[in-house]
Amino acid sequence: MDTAEKLDKNASGRNHAEEPMIDLEEQPMQETRYPEHTVGTPFVDDPKMRLRDVDVFYGDNQAIHKVSLDIGKNEVVALIGPSGCGKSTFLRSLNRMNDTIDICRVTGELFLEDQDLYDPKMDVVELRARVGMVFQKPNPFPKSIYDNVAYGPRLHGLANKKYELDEIVETSLRKAGLWDEVKDRLHAPGTGLSGGQQQRLCIARTIAVSPEVVLMDEPCSALDPIATAKIEELIDELTESYTIAIVTHSMQQAARVSNRTAYFHLGRLIEVNDTETVFTKPEHELTEAYITGRFG
Amino acid sequence: MSKTTEQVRKSLARRYRAERRFRAYGIISIAIGLAALAILFTDIIGKGHSAFFEHYVKLDITFNEQTLDIENAGDPEQLNYGNYDGIVREALKARFPGVTERLQVRELSALMSIGAGYELRDLLRENPEWLGTTQTLWLLADDDVDLFLKAGEKGREDSRMSVEQKAWITELEAAGDTERRFNASFFSSGDSREPELAGIWSAVVGSFFTMLVTLCLSFPIGVAAAIYLEEFAPRNRFTDFIEVNINNLAAVPSIIFGLLGLAIFINLFGVPRSVPVLGGLVLTLMTLPTIIITSRASIKTVPPSIREAAMGLGASRMQVVLHHVLPLALPGMLTGAIIGMAQALGETAPLLLIGMVAFIVDIPTGPLDASTVLPVQIYLWADSPEQSFVAMTSAAIMVLLAFLIAMNTLAVVLRKRLERRW
Repeated sequence: MDTAEKLDKNASGRNHAEEPMIDLEEQPMQETRYPEHTVGTPFVDDPKMRLRDVDVFYGDNQAIHKVSLDIGKNEVVALIGPSGCGKSTFLRSLNRMNDTIDICRVTGELFLEDQDLYDPKMDVVELRARVGMVFQKPNPFPKSIYDNVAYGPRLHGLANKKYELDEIVETSLRKAGLWDEVKDRLHAPGTGLSGGQQQRLCIARTIAVSPEVVLMDEPCSALDPIATAKIEELIDELTESYTIAIVTHSMQQAARVSNRTAYFHLGRLIEVNDTETVFTKPEHELTEAYITGRFG
Repeated sequence: MSKTTEQVRKSLARRYRAERRFRAYGIISIAIGLAALAILFTDIIGKGHSAFFEHYVKLDITFNEQTLDIENAGDPEQLNYGNYDGIVREALKARFPGVTERLQVRELSALMSIGAGYELRDLLRENPEWLGTTQTLWLLADDDVDLFLKAGEKGREDSRMSVEQKAWITELEAAGDTERRFNASFFSSGDSREPELAGIWSAVVGSFFTMLVTLCLSFPIGVAAAIYLEEFAPRNRFTDFIEVNINNLAAVPSIIFGLLGLAIFINLFGVPRSVPVLGGLVLTLMTLPTIIITSRASIKTVPPSIREAAMGLGASRMQVVLHHVLPLALPGMLTGAIIGMAQALGETAPLLLIGMVAFIVDIPTGPLDASTVLPVQIYLWADSPEQSFVAMTSAAIMVLLAFLIAMNTLAVVLRKRLERRW
């Protein structure tokens, strides 16, 4: 079977946007390079999210293999790795966005503080109010800027009075660094903003429900460097009140914004360490190969 | 010059030729379509426009008590049974004093519509003091007279009327005692055996009630089915089976739905026949697949990112659908519904089977009154032997086309309007 065929097979079996760029399993030499356990320091004291032996399957295809990781309070964890390594899949299982995919199955222990995410008693609506998500492409609702931000609070009944809602909208937009740019046109459509502004609007919308954790799935991949810089600045500020897990393809970005960095490789979590350690003295050879640009 | 550039230059002319050819095919196809449409419209308008007018004849009518057999004009009973045709005949005889022979008198009185008698009755009811007096009145001519007056030189020769009749009419025309008027009754009365009295209003009202029932049933059911299938149904063999069947139903000949309506609604559930409710039920079955398919297509066009965004904020599936998917998909759904309704409006075959082909003179007052619909009325008139019905048929087609164009325009306008809001 040649590589193209194999990729095709993967594509149909996985039903997922990301596909492996290189298939290391084809090369028997590298099979041995997987570590028995994640190297580095995947666990922290008193974590916000505790994830143990997480497996994610798409049908018969295992996308995530036994990933164990802690996400500490008020820290930024960057998930990096080559395309198709399962970072996004892993991230999406943290607020059960994968539920919408029929064939997707998640096993393992996933805890938000002391609550099991996949407990049948766990309400997914409540979970998503506590664990918000920012997507790869800016996806504002085709409504006004105000309604975009107010949607979450309205949904959960966080504000009873008009002025309370106004206040939430203003604070969220201020936190997202968008207030000064849009305060005069709150009722203009959110889709009329520029790409970077739209993404900040989406962040404002996410933090308007005051989540405890914010998941970001490559939030800057569709943005220019200036807009990216603004978002990165924003992530820095948000750490004060939120815990953030961010998937990124840009190693510079991971280096700039995160406290800890987790390196994923073909569905396995290879290494987790302080960001500085990962980028200066990576413990595992795969991590090193990736950050020095040998693949990915 | 590199080899690639050389190759490219060589093939350029050929590619441009292919492009021009392709464009020409498109223009030709559109031209054929437009030509067919133009021919259709010219034919229909050419045949039908005369039906919007009818001819009246001026006569001096004497409301003679003896001929009418009415003593007291205030008595409704007597008014109802008066011999109005008699006074019309008297008036005609007075106008053409030479006519005495029985057969000729009959031919003479055939010049006037039987509607003229009813008109006189109504006039006398309103003006009882006219009894015993002579009034100069314009009365509705018979459809043959009408046709003769509308026809050209050759048409007049071909007219099936007798030589005497033709002479009388020509005389009336020369004296200026005939007049062409707008045919208001065409738009206000029901069907009739007499072309000059027949109108399409009962069919229009019947169509309206039928469409109302169809819309009220098929739109909510279709949209609900589409939302369930797109947003909630698990993807398995059973949903595939349903999908295949819906697509199949869209292609089933409509007459089958008529048979189904006959078997299920009339025979099993005992719904009265010939009524708009029944027609609406049958047309709902016919329209549903169209509405479901177009609604599903428009739901599919809602970007998944919007759904994810809403779900990521903690909206339930239901809220995602109600707040985001439905408003965004609504223009497409409405367009589909209106196109489905336009299809249903023009549908004849299934209605023939459920008795909506009846001869309906009265204007239906509700969806439970026996009625007919526009396309069936066209079918009925096209089938009628009287020559005047040819023009009436075309006129009715024009009315139906006007409704269809209005509905399709509405679909386009609605879609544009609603889309711009987002």
